[in-house]
Amino acid sequence: MVEKMTIIKNRAGIHARPAALIVQTAGKFKSKIYLQKDDDRINAKSIMGIITLGAGFQTEIKIITDGEDEVQAAEAIDRLFQNRFEEE
Amino acid sequence: MEDKRFTVLDLLNFDLKEHDALELRCICGRKGLGRLISSPDINRPGLALSGFFESFAYQRIQLIGRGEAAYLHLLASEGKEEGVSKIFSFPMPCFIFANGEPPAPMFAEAAEAADCPILLSDLSSTELSSRLMRVLTNVFAPKTSVHGVLVEVYGIGILLVGESGVGKSETALELIERGHRLVADDVVEIRCVSGNILMGSGANKVIGHHMEIRGLGIINVTHLFGVGAIRDKKQVQLICSLEEWDSNKVYDRIGTEEKTQDILGVHVPQLDIPVKPGRNIPIIVETAAMNERLKKMGYHSAKEFNQNILRWLESENARDVYFGRDDSI
Repeated sequence: MVEKMTIIKNRAGIHARPAALIVQTAGKFKSKIYLQKDDDRINAKSIMGIITLGAGFQTEIKIITDGEDEVQAAEAIDRLFQNRFEEE
Repeated sequence: MEDKRFTVLDLLNFDLKEHDALELRCICGRKGLGRLISSPDINRPGLALSGFFESFAYQRIQLIGRGEAAYLHLLASEGKEEGVSKIFSFPMPCFIFANGEPPAPMFAEAAEAADCPILLSDLSSTELSSRLMRVLTNVFAPKTSVHGVLVEVYGIGILLVGESGVGKSETALELIERGHRLVADDVVEIRCVSGNILMGSGANKVIGHHMEIRGLGIINVTHLFGVGAIRDKKQVQLICSLEEWDSNKVYDRIGTEEKTQDILGVHVPQLDIPVKPGRNIPIIVETAAMNERLKKMGYHSAKEFNQNILRWLESENARDVYFGRDDSI
């Protein structure tokens, strides 16, 4: 299991479009992927779950992956956050 | 399970209707409205008011009924204030005066000085007590979040779980189209009320009753199907676990195997349903719901079927004994 802390750099936070990007990326990997904000953990392969997280600007998110490609999955999701979801 | 911080202000602002309403208003000690309520119990501080503080449950909400209020008035008229102010040295969340009777002025002043909120309600202390207990049990109920879809089919709350992409949302969509109701999609918040009832609901009122369908995107179920197709909360009575058909796995062929899953300490019956292209999953879920309803009424189809077979075999054997048949068919 891999756990990675990341932070939201988009001013608008995670709205529908970044959520869709996360889901599309997460869907490519076989591992289970979760995003955790404080105590709420959601399945990153479901868009409604990510939007429900209500993660805004500068919120800390923990990426948790578990499976055969867990390292690549964690890296890919983290890259999305770092690239500000191609918005700014 | 998060530790939700519930303050006195949250209690005041709680949106309850009709027979659940608490009718509370704050009459003094407003600075203390941020005090935390950490216990779901209520205390009647009769002994503490008379000066006996051993085992005083100060962390609970203090409820003042007619008896206690009369005692306070008596103390005020006799000028015995220090006894009363001693109670404010304890960090109580708040006082609630029932029957619409405001407290004696000296009590209110002492509360204001100690920043302890006093709330007033027109309800009788018994009524207020039972309604408060209901609200607090709900707030402090253990909760968890499950990834799945909660639907109500023929009155039975069914939680569809499974891997992403197996078809939970699509199954739910067809069930809605057939006249059943969606409670929550994707993030289902479940709380254990009264130790053996699991209430499931959507996690977020803003995006509740929306579903994500691959190929369509996010749809608003209320707008598309109407208010009759949705429900805010429902007891979780059956879990249908959808999984890709695994040829190596042994699926229950008779229906007598009672598999259960433990959620928050409650055992919920579970059915494993294999998914394969061409299989009509919604009808299987509907039939499972009807079967569950039948079981609740006391008729267990699979067990009865087995009993009948046993009886039939027995009667065949008896016939062989009496009529001396040499070989069986």
